[in-house]
Amino acid sequence: MNRRKDTLKKIGALAVASMLCAGMLAGCNGKHDDAGSSEGSDAKAITLTNVSYDPTRELYEEYNKIFAVHYEEETGSRIEVVQSHGGSGAQARSVIEGNDADVVTLALAHDITSIEEAGMIESDWMDEFEGNSSPYKSTIVLLVRKGNEKDIHDWDDLAKDGVDIIAPDPKSSGAADWGFLAMWNYAERKFDGDEQQVKDFVAKIYRNVLVMDSGARGSTTTFVENGQGDVLVAWENEALLSLTEYPEDYEIITPSVSILAEPSVAIVDENADRNGTQEAARAYLEYLYSDDAQRLIGENYYRPSNEAILEEFQDVFDLSVDLCTIDDFGGWNQAYADFFADDAIFDKIYSR
Amino acid sequence: MGKARVTRKKSVIPGFGLTLGVTVAMLSLFVLIPLASVLAYSFRLSGQEFIRLMTRPNVVQAFATSIGCALAAALINCLFGTLLAWVLVRYDFPGKRLMDGMIELPFALPTAVAGITLTKMYSNNGFLGRALESVGIQAAYSKLGIVIAMVFIGIPFVTRAVQPVLEKLSPFYEEASMMLGASRLRTFCSVILPEIAPALLTGFGLALARGIGEYGSVIYISGNSEKNGTQVVSYIIMQKLNSGNVDYEGAAALALMLLIISFAMLFVLNIVQHAASRRTNA
Repeated sequence: MNRRKDTLKKIGALAVASMLCAGMLAGCNGKHDDAGSSEGSDAKAITLTNVSYDPTRELYEEYNKIFAVHYEEETGSRIEVVQSHGGSGAQARSVIEGNDADVVTLALAHDITSIEEAGMIESDWMDEFEGNSSPYKSTIVLLVRKGNEKDIHDWDDLAKDGVDIIAPDPKSSGAADWGFLAMWNYAERKFDGDEQQVKDFVAKIYRNVLVMDSGARGSTTTFVENGQGDVLVAWENEALLSLTEYPEDYEIITPSVSILAEPSVAIVDENADRNGTQEAARAYLEYLYSDDAQRLIGENYYRPSNEAILEEFQDVFDLSVDLCTIDDFGGWNQAYADFFADDAIFDKIYSR
Repeated sequence: MGKARVTRKKSVIPGFGLTLGVTVAMLSLFVLIPLASVLAYSFRLSGQEFIRLMTRPNVVQAFATSIGCALAAALINCLFGTLLAWVLVRYDFPGKRLMDGMIELPFALPTAVAGITLTKMYSNNGFLGRALESVGIQAAYSKLGIVIAMVFIGIPFVTRAVQPVLEKLSPFYEEASMMLGASRLRTFCSVILPEIAPALLTGFGLALARGIGEYGSVIYISGNSEKNGTQVVSYIIMQKLNSGNVDYEGAAALALMLLIISFAMLFVLNIVQHAASRRTNA
């Protein structure tokens, strides 16, 4: 009896062990097969991974479709693009840490620079595509509730008492950095560069911030879905998207002065060379500058980099706004060190 | 003799050597090596930098918020969780099995979903938040909101720790206590509480540790405002990792500090629990 039990147990253990082995072998085999087939049928189907930031989800979903059609017409190869979205800084970090991106399309040139510094992107990436490798632009605007009860028309209205602002955290969100610099630029003009007054002004705005989410999408949710605050400091494309979804509930206020955000794109050379996708990746990013793609970009509320096509959308975008650029702040690395690093200006004016 | 030893060795799961080996390997792969890398990263900061980081006002405030809110939430969970366990053990009512099964739901739900849902409910245009606001209490985007989220994720720990002890505790003890003339309060304090105290402390410690490190559910309801003191430590860590200049060393140093504090608290709790269980077993 006992011996039979023992034998049964042994058989059971063997069965489990052999199943495990079989599973592992199958797993290994599966991988080999995958690798083999993707290399073997290179000419037929290519997979590209595009690591991007949060609000471009809708844009790239549509762009991938028109690009796939275009690419197949040009080369006869089928192409499939895999998307990944998240906060821009976190996405850059994931690529450095091994996320197998063939191309990155991020919110800030600075985030791509950090991948470059890790040695994964060639240092001339900014000259690789037109307009500093920035196929579409955006800016920071204000979204208010219909009726604009607090009478908000420009940045200085945000510093008024009793205005509740929803804005993301400049310490963790790219959009928030752009917004901060836009206010700063406005204040510098208003106070003629008097630094103390500029600081006091921006500090006053940040004291009115009611909820500080970690990212731009979070802020939009807080303002739109949870109904917090009087005004949202937002990407123009996010604000226009909210307006399309709820045309009855919101108004966009374009401030007199804002900042030109140039989301940048680049091929992650190290990954693309390894995956054999360098050419497809180049075609993918180049096609962003075609007329069809530029129109699609405008329809998704990003400002096309092509001036002629931007004009076609002049009833969508307020083209009169005076836009400064990041170069006015000495580039991203400088701006980051001056404003957002630990103990830099933002920390000083916000926490006291 | 020899044969007997062999069968004893075989008795439960085969192979002490094998099981220990697998355990150590698993622990190393999933716990020890990752934790050691946190330690290694944070040692890249000099002592001076470490101290400067830990004494920054926003960091000090975040530690106070994390620990304070986690303590409050764990205490609430002790009351609420014990009550829940009591109801489930001592009474029969329709839907009891269902309720019993629902206790683990906070574990099953992704914490971000929990966070967003709680925020919607407790913000001043959600239906719970509106009621609270009419009596002058702001729930979401305040420390209260953080406590609410931590209570939510901590309920199962206390209930599941206390429940089996209560099941084993015969109602005869309470009867005897009553017969001897003790009041209800006295019966609870001198008969029931000492029995469940060790389990309660275990549940408290687990809920506390979970609350201190919580990110997903807290982040949406807290509002993350430094001004209102609603940034938690895990948020500051994510700030360091998400920002334009990724600061691994700073993030690792904060994580290390959090680990040390949690470990110290759990250690003290363990000593207290040990003393408590010795008392009840004596």
